Amino acid sequence: MKSFAYERAASPAEAVAAATRAEGAKFIAGGTNLLDLMKLEIEAPTHLIDVNGLAFDKIEATPDGGLRIGALVRNTDLAADERVRRDYPLLSRALLAGASGQLRNKATTAGNLLQRTRCPYFYDTNQPCNKRQPGSGCSAIGGFTRNHAILGTSDACIATHPSDMAVAMRALDATVETLRADGGTRSIPIAEFYRPPGDTPQIETMLMPGELITAVTLPEPVGGRQIYRKVRDRASYAFALVSVGAIVQSDGSGRVALGGVAHKPWRVEAADTALLRGAKAAAAQLLASATPTHQNAFKLPLIERTLSAVLSEARG
Amino acid sequence: MRFDTPATTNPIDQLRVIGQPISRIDGPLKTTGTAPYAYERHDVVPNQAYGYVVGAAIAKGRIASIDLAQAQAAPGVLAIVTAENAGKLGKGGRNTATLLGGPAIEHYHQAVALVVAETFEQARAAASLVRVDYTRTEGAFDLAAARNSAGTPKSGFGGPPDTSVGDFAKAFAAAPVQLDETYTTPDQSHAMMEPHATIAAWDGERLTVWTSNQMIAWAAGDLAKTLGISRDKVRVMSPFIGGGFGGKLFLRADVVLAALGARAAGRPVKVALTRPLMANNTTHRPATIQRIRIGATGDGKITALGHESWSGDLPGGGPEEAVNQTRLLYAAANRMTAMRLAVLDLAEGNAMRAPGEASGMMALEIAIDEMAEKLGLDPVEFRIRNDTQVDPEQPERPFSQRRLIECLRTGAERFGWNKRQAQPGRMLDGNILVGMGVAAAFRNNLLTKSAARIRLDGSGMVTVETDMTDIGTGSYTIIAQTAAEMMGLPIEKVAVRLGDSTFPVSCGSGGQWGGNNSTAGVYAACVKLREAVAQKLGFNSAEAVFADGQVRLGNRSVSLAEAAGAEGLLAEDGIEYGDLDKKYQQSTFGAHFVEVGVDAATGETRVRRMLAACACGRILNPKTARSQLIGAMTMGVGAALTEELVVDKRTGFFVNHDLASYEVPVHADIPHQDVVFLDEVDPISSPMKAKGVAELGICGVAAAVANAIYNATGVRVRDYPITLDKLIERLPNMQ
Repeated sequence: MKSFAYERAASPAEAVAAATRAEGAKFIAGGTNLLDLMKLEIEAPTHLIDVNGLAFDKIEATPDGGLRIGALVRNTDLAADERVRRDYPLLSRALLAGASGQLRNKATTAGNLLQRTRCPYFYDTNQPCNKRQPGSGCSAIGGFTRNHAILGTSDACIATHPSDMAVAMRALDATVETLRADGGTRSIPIAEFYRPPGDTPQIETMLMPGELITAVTLPEPVGGRQIYRKVRDRASYAFALVSVGAIVQSDGSGRVALGGVAHKPWRVEAADTALLRGAKAAAAQLLASATPTHQNAFKLPLIERTLSAVLSEARG
Repeated sequence: MRFDTPATTNPIDQLRVIGQPISRIDGPLKTTGTAPYAYERHDVVPNQAYGYVVGAAIAKGRIASIDLAQAQAAPGVLAIVTAENAGKLGKGGRNTATLLGGPAIEHYHQAVALVVAETFEQARAAASLVRVDYTRTEGAFDLAAARNSAGTPKSGFGGPPDTSVGDFAKAFAAAPVQLDETYTTPDQSHAMMEPHATIAAWDGERLTVWTSNQMIAWAAGDLAKTLGISRDKVRVMSPFIGGGFGGKLFLRADVVLAALGARAAGRPVKVALTRPLMANNTTHRPATIQRIRIGATGDGKITALGHESWSGDLPGGGPEEAVNQTRLLYAAANRMTAMRLAVLDLAEGNAMRAPGEASGMMALEIAIDEMAEKLGLDPVEFRIRNDTQVDPEQPERPFSQRRLIECLRTGAERFGWNKRQAQPGRMLDGNILVGMGVAAAFRNNLLTKSAARIRLDGSGMVTVETDMTDIGTGSYTIIAQTAAEMMGLPIEKVAVRLGDSTFPVSCGSGGQWGGNNSTAGVYAACVKLREAVAQKLGFNSAEAVFADGQVRLGNRSVSLAEAAGAEGLLAEDGIEYGDLDKKYQQSTFGAHFVEVGVDAATGETRVRRMLAACACGRILNPKTARSQLIGAMTMGVGAALTEELVVDKRTGFFVNHDLASYEVPVHADIPHQDVVFLDEVDPISSPMKAKGVAELGICGVAAAVANAIYNATGVRVRDYPITLDKLIERLPNMQ
């Protein structure tokens, strides 16, 4: 691990100011991903700004009937929140499908959105990786790709985003609220939050340098049956091979988002529309642009079958 | 003590302490976090510095140049060891690749440097500043591609590379029912919790290492040989071990580099291998390709049985001996086995969790299931029909005990095997396809000499010293039970000290030989101590009774404390074996039953329940033995469903080198396990009448899972692990 400066931010303004001052600075909250990556020297921030002391740890009702989740709300607390369990059960279920109890106790809402890929080549500093070392090449392409992306990939990167929570956030149309270095704030719809890998897979989100997530806001509840189905090789403590987050209304309409298939939670408007026609039709829309490898082509039938099971459960 | 005739009645048969379900005597230390592991031994020597290993970034080639300037200038750095500056090094007799590479690189993550610094963080930071330029050369990394170039290995631990009885080819060709299938098992990693770790300290020319190792005498000998120093200058201590599974049978890089680092830095140095290094720097279970041919008569009698296995290893290495069990498990007049070994430039292949049989049974016991189906026989019945009570290659040689049939019947009854539907895909529980599978369990019982030293002190306390190790298995406890039984003491009056190369050499821990042999060695030493006590008291030792802390003869009764006197009594002896394992085949047997649920939509397989019925000699402690079995069964589930070191065949390394991507079972994967021990004593194995227990539990499990998946889905997968991608396209259609 490289030496780094560490400071605790006393206010959001101070946090963004500090992040802007020091090049190579990073915010740290739960640290469940960042510290591991620093130990492996995959991340080597010169400066850590600890934001745990900021007052972003509340879940509050919004005037338009939604919920504003502070950036520092821990995954455990968010999953257990009565309002979340009642009005946004998809979010609660997605959270509980991820990581372990110990990790969820530390991991935060904003940090969960910003966790980095689990591509094994990203994790081995001897191997070329455009995400870790821009321009060095992608070792995953042509290598072990069983759990890589099948959608939205580029010639530079085929990594997936590993979050379960983000899949639920996408299906629920969450908005990411931020504070910028210049003191301004903005709201980024989750649909626009993640950048496609393109030629710059190292830049994963729309956040500008020094920009701090302050909250994630959910619109008013949409009801329906909300199901999160995570498919994995072992029963717990494993990343998704694929996951399906679905909200199905009594008339059969609804929304669906996928995890484990792309650099972001994958949702396609046409697939939502096609849900009324069943899993096959919706899966066809979701996977229309899929470019699987030989090793991960199984994800295509797996998604259709999983979605089919989810829809049966929702209607059952 | 030489053991060359079957045991008769002896004090162990009293079963006052032996055979009791006593909790592990080291349990409180483990559960309170006070059992000291190698890396945590801050107290044993002052001024410890930290070493961090740099692993090679290529699989094969040479170091063109190595630049240490930046690393040397980094804060806190005390020394950097490389092959260039380490002086002449030998190689341990049990190591295939050198433990400090350079200039030649033999495999990925082979150690090329150790950076020693004041703190761990400084050592790690400086390690990333070591600049190594490599010249790559082509390597072979793909077993399937290298299969045709594989040669015949030397005759090894498991026997000759080729065996033949009768005329296999003719009998197979003539058999009315035939099976000819190929199965594959992947490379696997031990994945024990505690990484390889060592603290090394020099005192002049004397070297002491506190490490984590299953075989103390092997480690001490190979360390001395590697460093080119005299064996008596080396002391190895390893009293507590956080799992080994074969990965700590041998001297590894942490020990050698800690010793070299300590010499270079002029102070004690501690080194632990990082988790990523454990897959590619140390040993692993090699992948196999196995072809099995079975010919049988229409009524289910096997007439021809052939098993060939291909595996790979570095030049000079050995094969995965996957055919061993096939020589012994089933009757067949015509039989053959063959092992072939390819050169692969992956990290060294070696022993892991029942080497040989675990891999071999994964293939053989699917083949038996397939054959039973071809014959229209229940797979339990098919196995029973082909039982043998003698070594099929040498019919004059009986098994010392063989109760496979009873294991199968007992297990079937207890598991509810009669509820299994012979036709696959017929049991549905909601959206879960349910299936049951069975496999035989088989693992040989190995005899190896083992010694111990016993001291009786003036307080009536007995202390046992032996270089035996406890790798989480319960060695401390069964050794204490043995001494307590022999000396007529409660277990609280016995102290056990293990894992020190100054103690008498034991069998060590491996190959499920630890329990029977180490306790037999303690038995021998106790017999000697009893004689010393009797002699001191003027008793006839054959007639003296040791019970309740007393020695009695006729009307005389003396407490052991009094008998020991202020100066105490000391005895040392060991067990050595004659040819009983030549006259008799000594093996352990069992039957594994597994019920799985396969999600009809996703193909995810989850084990619902499992049972093992075992016949493996006297059970010295039913509680620790059961723990060994359920642990092994869990490993079998891992082998069946998830465990695979994935080879990047372009660059030659195991890609998924951490515990997030090399998936072993978690608690949620193992809902219900049941273990039944048949009541068995085997007087031919040792005075303890016990045999190996632990590794029996893994042999066959994976095949039982595979067979259950077939029964659930109708999809036969012959390539482990059986992940959902291998099922999904062939699952029954959904409504």
